[in-house]
Amino acid sequence: MSTQDNISVNLKVWRQDGPNDKGRFEDYSLKDVNTHMSFLEMLDVLNENLMKEKKTPIEFDHDCREGICGSCNLVINGIAHGPEARTAACQLHMRHFKDGETITIEPWRATAFPVIKDLVVDRNAFDRIMSAGGYVTVATGNAPDANALPISKVHADSAMDYAICIGCGACVASCPNSSAALFTGAKIAQLSKLPQGEPERKQRVKSMVEQMEKEGFGDCSNFGECEAVCPVGISISAIATMRTEYVKAMFS
Amino acid sequence: MEVADKSTFKWDSKIPTGPLTEKWKTHKNNVKLVNPSNKRKFNIIVVGTGLAGAAAAASLGELGYNVKAFCIQDSARRAHSIAAQGGINAAKNYQNDGDSIWRLFYDTIKGGDYRSREANVYRLAEVSNNIIDQCVAQGVPFAREYGGTLDNRSFGGAQVSRTFYARGQTGQQLLLGAYSALMKTVHSGKVEVRTREEMLDLVTVDGTAKGIISRNLVTGKIERHAADAVLLCTGGYGNVFYLSTNAKNSNVTAAWRCYRKGALFGNPSFTQIHPTCIPVSGEYQSKLTLMSESLRNDGRVWVPKAKGDKRPPNQIPEEERDYYLERIYPSFGNLVPRDVASRNAKNVCDEGRGVGESGLAVYLDFADAIQRDGLKAIQDRYGNLFEMYQKITDENPYEVPMRIYPAVHYTMGGLWVDYNLMTTVPGLFALGEANFSDHGANRLGASALMQGLADGYFVIPYTIGNYLVEVTPGEIDTDHEAFVEAEQKITAELEQLLNIKGSKTILDFHRKLGKIMWDKVGMSRDEEGLKEAIAEISALRKEYWTDVFVPGQQATYNKYLEYAMRVADFLELGELMARDALERPESCGGHFREESKTPEGEAKRDDENYTHVSAWEFTGVDSAPVHHREDLVFENVKLTQRSYK
Repeated sequence: MSTQDNISVNLKVWRQDGPNDKGRFEDYSLKDVNTHMSFLEMLDVLNENLMKEKKTPIEFDHDCREGICGSCNLVINGIAHGPEARTAACQLHMRHFKDGETITIEPWRATAFPVIKDLVVDRNAFDRIMSAGGYVTVATGNAPDANALPISKVHADSAMDYAICIGCGACVASCPNSSAALFTGAKIAQLSKLPQGEPERKQRVKSMVEQMEKEGFGDCSNFGECEAVCPVGISISAIATMRTEYVKAMFS
Repeated sequence: MEVADKSTFKWDSKIPTGPLTEKWKTHKNNVKLVNPSNKRKFNIIVVGTGLAGAAAAASLGELGYNVKAFCIQDSARRAHSIAAQGGINAAKNYQNDGDSIWRLFYDTIKGGDYRSREANVYRLAEVSNNIIDQCVAQGVPFAREYGGTLDNRSFGGAQVSRTFYARGQTGQQLLLGAYSALMKTVHSGKVEVRTREEMLDLVTVDGTAKGIISRNLVTGKIERHAADAVLLCTGGYGNVFYLSTNAKNSNVTAAWRCYRKGALFGNPSFTQIHPTCIPVSGEYQSKLTLMSESLRNDGRVWVPKAKGDKRPPNQIPEEERDYYLERIYPSFGNLVPRDVASRNAKNVCDEGRGVGESGLAVYLDFADAIQRDGLKAIQDRYGNLFEMYQKITDENPYEVPMRIYPAVHYTMGGLWVDYNLMTTVPGLFALGEANFSDHGANRLGASALMQGLADGYFVIPYTIGNYLVEVTPGEIDTDHEAFVEAEQKITAELEQLLNIKGSKTILDFHRKLGKIMWDKVGMSRDEEGLKEAIAEISALRKEYWTDVFVPGQQATYNKYLEYAMRVADFLELGELMARDALERPESCGGHFREESKTPEGEAKRDDENYTHVSAWEFTGVDSAPVHHREDLVFENVKLTQRSYK
């Protein structure tokens, strides 16, 4: 962690022109990086410099820059979202880097997340897993009064612990098998804690797990890397719940 | 400036007759219905997949319409509604504290400083309860009491607890609820979601909306999409100020292109400056981060009594602190509406009593709350917000008071719509923050989520049918000359931007525009500044089109080309906002004109002359727009000077 106000950094950034092109690392150096800057602001500055030299800027996904939209997807020094625990890349600040440090920046790497350009990848596979069953089938206008069905605080809080997934895909990027088990498990676990999820419980887990496999995500072999990099701290217990639910759905 | 009666424009707010409490019920009984077997013949385009867009697309898909939903992000789940923290209002009265639909209506219309329509706001309050029911049924894990019932918290501008919440991530949970409903309709085949695809123009045939031109943001391909109706759910335009709490990609382009095609723009200058944001820390800053208003439930806002007091906050004794909101507004205290809280923060900083390095911040202090309720209780309520604050500032708010300052957050203005949410272009509807309709001159906290979902789930499914029954489905296809022409124009515009190859970056221009807007069209406005802003923005726009550098090519993924189009439109919008603010010499809500204040420095309305909506008609980029007014009629509430004392 740097205590200086300004540092210099060397960057090795993955550049790839398109999905079918061969990628390569390119080196950049940046001086006078204010340590209160966010990581993405540092990239903004680099891009401004590149454009002032009429060069092509680096493409990266970002939107809310508050750690909630799940757009940003950088592997920083080999770790999805970088060195700070429970922090999305957009919430990572330059104070966590040393003066003169070389920082490697890569996109998520997984068969199911093909690179679009530079650091931008296609994560539509997650949408397809969700559309396979990540919902409660209730048409607009059909709902009973919200307090008609009490839900214990413990269950509601536990559902919330899983519901906070931001869908960034760091779990996939960090998994040696590129498994989407934490992402899929989080939705299944959330809905399994709530009475609203009950009617479609079995169908949901079957469809979502099947879709996950169809998309080319690998199996989970309990490395636990996903939990370690998750920027919102989703517990790996989501995967255990998914497995239990799956077994129950298959054999009952 | 032109006035309405000189215009040839035909418009009608279509507010149903009858008593306020019966209008929506009566209207629902009277709207024409589309037969179930005919619904599948209609194609509807929904632009934007935030709360309004996702809710509308899912609900219309369920009804049997064919829906194409567009979003600029890589997934519908990432729309900026996701970042809303604090909560959503509803008139459930679960707390037995005297709440009712009437009170929610009254608070909202008063909070908006009487510059919104009674009928719209009443409808909003009326459907608010259905929203909570709907979201719970979808599996949204709202906060609950130990007995299993739903919990509520208080928000600014209300004296009841009517805000439902899911920790500090209410927007996320509501959006994921709407997104899951959307994904369900994708599964059933009724909705097609087109991600990373941006609407760049509205296609009209004989003045009626018949489709859009879009750009595939991955390949750069310009595409034509025909439809029988277009729903614009593209959110607000706070990023015209460059620094705001909006997501980086939030923009006005889709709405602006509709304005250029004949949709009137309502109250463009009505901007909400949110009082509790993390202060700016440097030139490189790319966005501002909100700290939820819910924090004002427990946090106390203060500055030192003495000017230039640079001691650390814990060394300033109690009697040397000025809890100015509690002092000036004893009955609402720290929970005054946003516009009032922001203005007071600006005032104390202008007096030289601001804190932090820049002197542009005030303290939000939780010491008393932690002592009263315990650390655990505060952690449960605001844990994720405190964590976010610490990540950004490197300070621990459990020990040191937060430093906060106002920042641009929400735009009450937007495309003018009638009671059916239809703009002045037939077939073009605007929902959620993209329209101007429900918040008047100031939005109360926890009301944006309510409005987005109200429009999407419970209003548009009823009102769109009334329009569609008059339309022959599929009448126009994408070979129509209107599509060909619109496509050519957009392609030429993109090429033009790429060919300027100037010396300044897009960001250089956006920052300059933002500074003009913040200084002259921001928290306080006066005639001189507004006139300067109009001239400066117009000059900056001309410079943009001769000296901007846009990198890369058209037919590829190119985020800076997307950005270049958006800034081009902001450079037109900024001028319109200044014109709108100039045209309204009264103060109301978030619109504060230095020329119009009470002796205590509060916003002073001029009801006799300005109880109207300003709606602007496009006449050309460099020619003055035509000003129209919709007079607001208040039959149920008495207009009073807002007082929170």
